[in-house]
Amino acid sequence: MEGLFFNVNSGFLEGIVRGYKSGTLTQSHYASLTQCETLEDFKTQLSATDYGNFLANEPSPLSTATIADKATQILVDQFNFLRSNSVEPLSKFLDYITYGYMIDNVVLLITGTLHERDTHELLERCHPLGIFDTMPALCVATNVEELYQSVLVETPLAPYFRNCLSAADLDDMNIEIIRNTVYKAYLEDFYNYVSTIGSTTAEVMHSILAFEADRRTINITINSFDTELTKEQRAKLFPAIGRLFPAGNNVLAKADDIDQVRQVCENIGEYRSFFDNSASAQSNGDLGDFGVAAQLEERFFRMEVHLNKQAFLQQFQYGVFYSYVKLKEQEIRNITWIAECIAQDARDRIHDFIPIF
Amino acid sequence: MSGAGPRENVFATRMALTNTKLRLKGAETGHSLLAKKRDALTTRFRAILRKVDEAKRKMGRVMQLASFSMAEVTYTTGDISYIVQEQAKLATFRVKAKQENVSGVLLPGFDVDRVPGSDFNLTGLGRGGQQVLRAKEVYAKALETLVELASLQTAFTILDEVIRATNRRVNAIEHIIIPRLDNTIKYIMSELDEMDREEFFRLKKVQGKKKRDAGNAERLAIADEELLKQLDEQQEPTTDLLSTKDEDVIF
Repeated sequence: MEGLFFNVNSGFLEGIVRGYKSGTLTQSHYASLTQCETLEDFKTQLSATDYGNFLANEPSPLSTATIADKATQILVDQFNFLRSNSVEPLSKFLDYITYGYMIDNVVLLITGTLHERDTHELLERCHPLGIFDTMPALCVATNVEELYQSVLVETPLAPYFRNCLSAADLDDMNIEIIRNTVYKAYLEDFYNYVSTIGSTTAEVMHSILAFEADRRTINITINSFDTELTKEQRAKLFPAIGRLFPAGNNVLAKADDIDQVRQVCENIGEYRSFFDNSASAQSNGDLGDFGVAAQLEERFFRMEVHLNKQAFLQQFQYGVFYSYVKLKEQEIRNITWIAECIAQDARDRIHDFIPIF
Repeated sequence: MSGAGPRENVFATRMALTNTKLRLKGAETGHSLLAKKRDALTTRFRAILRKVDEAKRKMGRVMQLASFSMAEVTYTTGDISYIVQEQAKLATFRVKAKQENVSGVLLPGFDVDRVPGSDFNLTGLGRGGQQVLRAKEVYAKALETLVELASLQTAFTILDEVIRATNRRVNAIEHIIIPRLDNTIKYIMSELDEMDREEFFRLKKVQGKKKRDAGNAERLAIADEELLKQLDEQQEPTTDLLSTKDEDVIF
């Protein structure tokens, strides 16, 4: 049924997004980018793609940070175009996408306030996708209590904060725990929300969000080994969605080493390959757990790209918007990585990015 | 020789000679000691130079690795600088200074003192924590190299200066002080010899004079005697009537 009326409200934007998508860099682009000798060459190569002359006005010693910033700006512009042309429920969906970045920004501001820094200069460091109109208002707060109140009043994140944290928590909890608690609430909420906007969207988004949740769960588990994070605290940070939930999450909450994580992942067919390091064990053998974890991150990225690409296979659903943002983010990471490798002359690692198409 | 070359302004006395000789001996001992010190320092200097070279090359590699690991972090987590800066409360990487004595030169050395644990070990909890940890390790290693290089470099500069000063002293002693003392000694010796000769000549002179005087006196005495004799011959010899006894007259 939704296929019938989808195009009335969102057909145009879906077309736009699919158009944007065909502008993402392809293998041949990457091939020519990795051949570059200097960042100037890199810039020239990029100007032949959809990025155009986005670096044209940059002063000559080009830094990788500038490239990343400018590329992100393009994504943000595209997103804002979509956002301003959308109507309910797509606009709400797009808002949800920004909440993730918003959480990062608010956490950044909380950090600044906790340490009594001038939060105004932090505004520049915020992710442009997560900027909301009332964000400067958060800078007015001088103590945590005030900040908590203004977050509740001014931001769309209020339910997440209200349900998980109190003002006192902000003061004495580790900032990363706050971030992950809020993010967990956000993921669960997003998951529930996509269930309400049509079965196709739900189908596509559920698989992406479930993976995102599992990825966070696994990451938190691995990263909390040998830290002061207790197992109860750890269990509280796990999103209550995903394919590992609930049995896998319970085991992970008690896990002590990476082998237990591996066993949990064995139960899920798609995740089995994450720990399959038979091929790479030799090359990274001396790194031990470090190597496994570092590769894990890369495999997560690959999986994410894979799932997001699949989202484009279905029509008449909103998943494409989310996927496009994520794929574009990955592309920016790739560009930054290649630029970084060129700048630091690390040719042997230049192919460690994750091609998208 | 005594006049040529610089010498010290001393009175040419035996006392000064002894003193100067003592000083010459002192200078020679000092010279050999300083030369030994210089050699020891130079050996050390060369060793440090080699180590500095090694450390610098190592630093290049390590720093490259470090900044690359930072790139990895940026790839996975994005910008974490602010969070990390704000979370850090206690320095976990400290540098301790110590001193080392190399032939009387105090060389400062720096030691790494790492406190285990960290304030931002939860950074990147949701994503990329392993990369953050790894970057931290790599940077800590890079810092260690830097600290090592710093102590080497400081030692290098200080040793360089000290070696130069020592060299200057050795050369000064060898080329200025010792020749001057030598000259002084020679000067004093020659002066003393000269004085000896003068003295001898004076004595000779005095002796000659004395001899002449003695000769004169003798001649005078002889002349006196002869005169007396003549006088005696001329006048009757006076006889003491009291002392002489008349010959007994025998009737």
